[in-house]
Amino acid sequence: MQTKRRSVLGGLAAGMLAPGRGRAAGDTDRWPDLARLIFPGRVLRDGASLIELDAPYRAEDAAVVPVTLRTTLAAGNPLQVRKITLVIDANPVPVAAIFTLAPDAGIDRIATRVRVDDYTNIHAVAESSDGGLYAASRFVKAAGGCSAPALKQTAGDIPLGTLRFRAFPANEAGLREAQVMVRHPNYSGMQMDQLSRLYIPADFIQSLRISQADRLLLTIEGGISVSENPSFRFSFRPDQGKTFRVEAADSNGRQFSATFPAEPAA
Amino acid sequence: MLRCNMSYYISNEPAPGVGSHKRTVMRMTGRAMRQSRLVLVTAWVFAAAATVFRPAGAQTPFTIQRIADGEYAHFGQVALTSPENRGDIANVGIVIGRDAAAVIDTGGSVAVGQAALAALRQITAKPLRYVINTHEHPDHLFGNAAFAGLGATFVGHHNLPASLREHGSFYLHSFRELLGEAEIARVRLIPPTLLVNDTMALDLGGRTLLLTALHQAAHTDCDLTVLDEQTRTLFAGDLVFMDHVPVIDGSLKGWLDALPRLAAMNAERVVPGHGLKVAPWPAALDDERRYLLAVQADARRLIASGTPLADAVPHIGESEQAHWRLFGDYNPRNATAAFSELEWE
Repeated sequence: MQTKRRSVLGGLAAGMLAPGRGRAAGDTDRWPDLARLIFPGRVLRDGASLIELDAPYRAEDAAVVPVTLRTTLAAGNPLQVRKITLVIDANPVPVAAIFTLAPDAGIDRIATRVRVDDYTNIHAVAESSDGGLYAASRFVKAAGGCSAPALKQTAGDIPLGTLRFRAFPANEAGLREAQVMVRHPNYSGMQMDQLSRLYIPADFIQSLRISQADRLLLTIEGGISVSENPSFRFSFRPDQGKTFRVEAADSNGRQFSATFPAEPAA
Repeated sequence: MLRCNMSYYISNEPAPGVGSHKRTVMRMTGRAMRQSRLVLVTAWVFAAAATVFRPAGAQTPFTIQRIADGEYAHFGQVALTSPENRGDIANVGIVIGRDAAAVIDTGGSVAVGQAALAALRQITAKPLRYVINTHEHPDHLFGNAAFAGLGATFVGHHNLPASLREHGSFYLHSFRELLGEAEIARVRLIPPTLLVNDTMALDLGGRTLLLTALHQAAHTDCDLTVLDEQTRTLFAGDLVFMDHVPVIDGSLKGWLDALPRLAAMNAERVVPGHGLKVAPWPAALDDERRYLLAVQADARRLIASGTPLADAVPHIGESEQAHWRLFGDYNPRNATAAFSELEWE
């Protein structure tokens, strides 16, 4: 398979890996090919010591499948996880999101919700601060998530691009959690207007930057596999910064940003 | 090719598979029912591709029950769509006036729609004037094609055409496996041409159907109710679930908000969209309201406590489990939808 270096979020599209409706990730394992395409020339190691991926074996709603990534480095290990690539093997655009964790942001957990288009393995590939790649995977039974219609209430009164930020109290390790929500249909480009036979063009949140005051915590590159109204919940080590800043951009060039007060850690 | 082997009979016994309908129907329809005998029409429909004959096991017994003069209902199974039941999982209504007839929903496959049409034809030779779809879900309108070309006008909520445009291909895709290739190949999505913006009266000759379009998303975003003004029977579509756990595919808050207005409708009884009985109005709403309120209260509490979606879903609505069929099939989805909706409050 010919590969070119380009955005894996946009580049690895349906034509290269037709979304086989054959009901089994079992018949052919796409992962070896995918891994070569997404991480050309790199060696992927077993991620057990570094990254854990949690997703339901049977998804209740293929358009809203909760996925949680956890870093599992032992205390005292000088390595940090710098980047996590979330791959949904059977999806038409398999790379769902790339999370870049700022050094010393203390992020050890990221939860989001994704669309799953067919029974599939999901992979999380963590890149450590020494450049190594470590993969973890889970199998998920779900189908049709990418072409699933938008939630009906989205047409309601909350404007597209509305940002919400919620901070949760610190845990025993001094880490806090925060949730960023973006009101956005995140059209996958696979949702068809049945009468006109035209697809609703893809329109999705492409990037998200979250900072505490001027300190960058987390950068997210998102694709069409992220669910409507994208939600990201993550742990971080708080500092004295008085505000949180969220900046988002979608694939149509719209930009959204907002600043939220940093609530006192309870 | 359609081969029909019809039988028409009048009986005091419920037909196979209709369980306790008789008792309920008798209670609900009062003196008229007690004086007349329960009318049952059963059609065995062999609906097959041109040269394929289905094995005997694939025939669909299709039963309708008389609710009042000129008013009938077919109760679909409380089940998930399968090739065996051919999507016969939703209720279908038939109302006949002096001049013409109307059907309310067409079942979850062309085979079910054809069976409903065959049953209608056993009752009356009057022209079918209206085919009314109560909302966009496949189990209520995949049978539309059976009624095409008969001169009937298709009627629906003003949002229904747009909803079918947006969701139709998804339904056709996702029901391929549920219904089977042969049935899905026969489905045609036929949008309504007569659209209800608010309310609309349809005249069948001395008999008026009052159609009401909901203004906000509830079960879906294109919910329509049909009231037979003469008998005060409400065909509620999926705004009313009985036995079958409610399915939230529109807006939980919108649905709860709509319940008082629904309850205020001038009806005596309801034919729910799902559920095996005619029930008194508005008491028929009680179970559904309790379920929706429980889901809302659980979701709000778990959101407020900072519980992540994945951890919250198993606990949303859990107190309702014993009250509903298909709970495990739909409640987790409802929980996910409710959480996703309410976390934006």
